[in-house]
Amino acid sequence: MMRFAAEWPNGKVEQMIQHCAVNDLAEFRFGHALHPVRCGRDLSIGTGTVIPEINFTLPPMTVDKGNWGTVRSHYEEMIQGVLERSVRLRVPGLLVEFETLPDMTSNPDWALEITRLIADRLDEFYIRHRLRSALRLTPNDTREFQRPPRLRGGIHWDNMMEIFTKSAGAGADLIGIESTGGKEICDEALVLADLHGIVFALGVLGARDMAFLWTYIVSACRRGGIIPSGDTACGFANTAMVLAEKKMIPSVLAAVVRVASVPRSLVAYEVGAVGPSKDCAYEGPYMKAIAGVPISMEGRTSACAHLSPVGNVSQAVCDCWSNESVQNVQLLSGKAPTVSLEQLAYDCRLLNTAGSESGQGSARLRNWLADSDSALDPQAYVLRPDVVLRISREIMKEKTSYRRTVAAVRAAIDEISNAHRAGRVEIEDREILWLEDMKRQADTLPATEDELIGAMNGGPLADTFIPEEYGMDVSKTPEETEACTKGI
Amino acid sequence: MAKDEALFDAIRNGNRKLTEEIVRKLVAEEADVTEMLEASMIPAMRDVGDRFSRNEAYVPELLVAARAMQTGLAVIEPLLTAAGHEPIARVCIGTVKGDLHDIGKNLVAMMLKGAGYRVDDLGVDCGTDMFKRAVDEGAQAVLCSALLTTTMPFMESIAEAFRDRPDVKVIIGGAPITAEFCDRIGADAFGSDANDAVKILDPMFAESPAS
Repeated sequence: MMRFAAEWPNGKVEQMIQHCAVNDLAEFRFGHALHPVRCGRDLSIGTGTVIPEINFTLPPMTVDKGNWGTVRSHYEEMIQGVLERSVRLRVPGLLVEFETLPDMTSNPDWALEITRLIADRLDEFYIRHRLRSALRLTPNDTREFQRPPRLRGGIHWDNMMEIFTKSAGAGADLIGIESTGGKEICDEALVLADLHGIVFALGVLGARDMAFLWTYIVSACRRGGIIPSGDTACGFANTAMVLAEKKMIPSVLAAVVRVASVPRSLVAYEVGAVGPSKDCAYEGPYMKAIAGVPISMEGRTSACAHLSPVGNVSQAVCDCWSNESVQNVQLLSGKAPTVSLEQLAYDCRLLNTAGSESGQGSARLRNWLADSDSALDPQAYVLRPDVVLRISREIMKEKTSYRRTVAAVRAAIDEISNAHRAGRVEIEDREILWLEDMKRQADTLPATEDELIGAMNGGPLADTFIPEEYGMDVSKTPEETEACTKGI
Repeated sequence: MAKDEALFDAIRNGNRKLTEEIVRKLVAEEADVTEMLEASMIPAMRDVGDRFSRNEAYVPELLVAARAMQTGLAVIEPLLTAAGHEPIARVCIGTVKGDLHDIGKNLVAMMLKGAGYRVDDLGVDCGTDMFKRAVDEGAQAVLCSALLTTTMPFMESIAEAFRDRPDVKVIIGGAPITAEFCDRIGADAFGSDANDAVKILDPMFAESPAS
């Protein structure tokens, strides 16, 4: 990974990735990452084998002191069922994600107790059955409980930091997060189809918060000897995807938001995260193309959590294959997490069988996965491996997160427009107007971050966020800020 | 005053500037503001809402229409107050305790305002006490939203809190919410999209002016 030194707006010196790690489509394959990760109980990710990643959650119930015993018993039941089935199906390895619920982030002892419970079972199955595994702990980002969010201090920050700090001791092998800095602006901008607001949320606020937050996460992981894995633009681009599935916003907008989220999510890897990316980061293929990290993806197997138009294409270059999350409810065959594990295990078997053939088998399956979805929805089209590589190259021509986000937006609009004209992707007639509207908005995006900051600070959403929480020195004039950020 | 087609279209198309111009012109001509609101402005918002329910309009179109509506309302509000005009009803809305998701809640609030309701938006992470306070202050219906399966059970305690107040309607909504869940916890109604709330509340308050 080629890197060069850069200075973040908050004054931290970090490393920005300069070039794409993958340029050749033949090298862009599922199971193989340029920079594999080894973690947990002898688990390798990105070395040629696709690994299932299972996530599960409680059925509808509250989480409080009074029913903590029931909460524990649900997690015991879920992990036991998943591990027994994993052994039966002889999975090549297993990544388990435990994503805390808000009440657990607010009570770190609860989050750490469930982490220990799961880690102990993974240890037991490794010793008894040689089941290779790792546990990814993902604290739910509770900082937005305060409105406008306080991102760099306060009780929510303190609780998250306590979990990060103690995660290794509790048995976690990797840390991930779905961070939300900038979401307060993005939510508003999405429902207004306001591209300037979306770019501000992702390319300015989101990128700044990522740099700040991930510096702490990476530091905590290094101290604990565990893996800082990755983030996701779930709160931004998945929100857009779900809104588009509900016909609330155009699919073309959701597709552009997905690509616009790439520079923001990339920041985690620029400050030290190493992958695998979070499963719900559908922008993952871009992370793999640019940073060379292994990625976890989800698609048709996550229909238990949310619907999507990218069920197959999302699998095309994955290194871990996930279900997003499933509730512990009874199905005809068994508990839903066990059922979900079985679906993942068989999917991985197929991928790994194709991958074990010559390169042709792997490429053929990858192309089928891409082709089966990509003509039917622009959100699927922008996840095609060939499109990912082209857009990634456009993004990496720029050297700041803001300018990369602008480049991502423009490249996505161009790719979708060209593909539609060429008959390679279907777009509803009423969406064409939105595509044209986005192009007009993209053409008026300012050249510099400071111009956009100035516009947003004086705009209708100014009360929605606190500039200081993003390291913006409001006492400085735009010229002074520009001087501070030059060279990024 | 019959429906003013130009005003109706201006709001429906989300044209703020034109809406303000037309409203000011009608006010200068001493048009009846209550009729202006009820014959042209509210029907325009309802038309956009209905198109949204039929998948013919997206949320951004709803929002620009709502903004145009607000621009027009700002001009006639003092005149409406002077004429003794009352909103259809006063309602409160919030995302339940432990939950932060508010995109859907905000859309419902916006649709209700556009349809002529007074809406007290309580925000997110709302406990039962917040809804109770809003009712004490005059809200006639409680609308609560949840996205998480671990926060939706909290709706039961909200429904329970108003069990002895049949005059206060409890309406619930959110991605994991179903009509079956609504029946089970004893809420009065369940809404499946942003425009549903208007359709649910209208019959409830057909003859009941806001307090």
